[in-house]
Amino acid sequence: MNRFLNTCQRMTLGILLSLYFLSSISMADEAKPLADNPELEAKVQTIAIELRCLVCQNETIAGSHADLAVDLRNQIRAQLQNGKSKDDIISYMVDRYGDFVLYKPPVKSNTLVLWFGPFIILLIGLWALLRHIRQERVVAKLVSDNPDDVLKARALLSSAKKDTK
Amino acid sequence: MKRFLPLIIFACLCVFLVIGLQLNPKDVPSPLIGKAAPQFSQPILNQTSQAFSPEQMRGKVWLLNVWASWCVSCREEHPLLNELAKQQTIPIIGLNYKDQDDAAKEWLSKMGDPYQLSIVDRSGNVGINYGVYGVPETFLINSQGIIVHKFTGPLTPVLIQKELLPMLVKLKQSAS
Repeated sequence: MNRFLNTCQRMTLGILLSLYFLSSISMADEAKPLADNPELEAKVQTIAIELRCLVCQNETIAGSHADLAVDLRNQIRAQLQNGKSKDDIISYMVDRYGDFVLYKPPVKSNTLVLWFGPFIILLIGLWALLRHIRQERVVAKLVSDNPDDVLKARALLSSAKKDTK
Repeated sequence: MKRFLPLIIFACLCVFLVIGLQLNPKDVPSPLIGKAAPQFSQPILNQTSQAFSPEQMRGKVWLLNVWASWCVSCREEHPLLNELAKQQTIPIIGLNYKDQDDAAKEWLSKMGDPYQLSIVDRSGNVGINYGVYGVPETFLINSQGIIVHKFTGPLTPVLIQKELLPMLVKLKQSAS
């Protein structure tokens, strides 16, 4: 019994510990800018949020704690200090890591489906919806076109009500 | 027909999902393929006096293998590199990426050294110039110094048989 309790305790501890580490991973926030030159750091940050970290692909270089992201932030910082512009630095990254390094994919022939596909699907959906609504209207018209028919239908409905009573 | 339309749409979605699941998100096409291998001059592991630059390999087809002693998947592919070196299939140059010299030397003496030499890239700057983001990576470079192909992640027997060796045959044919 004692041993059983012991393993239980150990397991709980293990689960708690892993939860703690998991939460610390998910809570990983934007890297703190260094204090020594806030202006430069702000500039580094504006460039870093546009670049994807290729190690953890759903994070930007600004948000990632991967080694590579740190190196690339340093690279951005060094290039800014050398007087390079934002466009220079971004094209430097694209030359080495490809378009995938851009967090926002550029509009190109091979990304047209990505950019405009959703709108095309939306249009198809709207078209189907409108067609459906129109067809419903045609059916509704068929029922209520003739006033005599309407009276007849009402009479039938009221008699049906009486029958059920 | 109309009754089956939702089913057909669902089936299409399934097909896209299956295709999507088979793609490897880590396999990002490198913009460097078809371009000249970036030049550098870096120290060599175990040698204090000499430096290496890719220019020295001009005229040869060679592999640049990015490795580190801290890299777990490098252990996986290392026996394959040893085998390639033993059979003298192709010269392999190592790029010791963001590593400590002592740890790297110890690793090579333990695991075997398939490299003609290993370049020291402690800062990772050469790695950045080659667009390295996941060690191990292997670049195939032709006799004109052009990057022909890049393997991201560990080499496997299948990759070597199905991709690397046929590419080498092709390179040899075009050279002769």
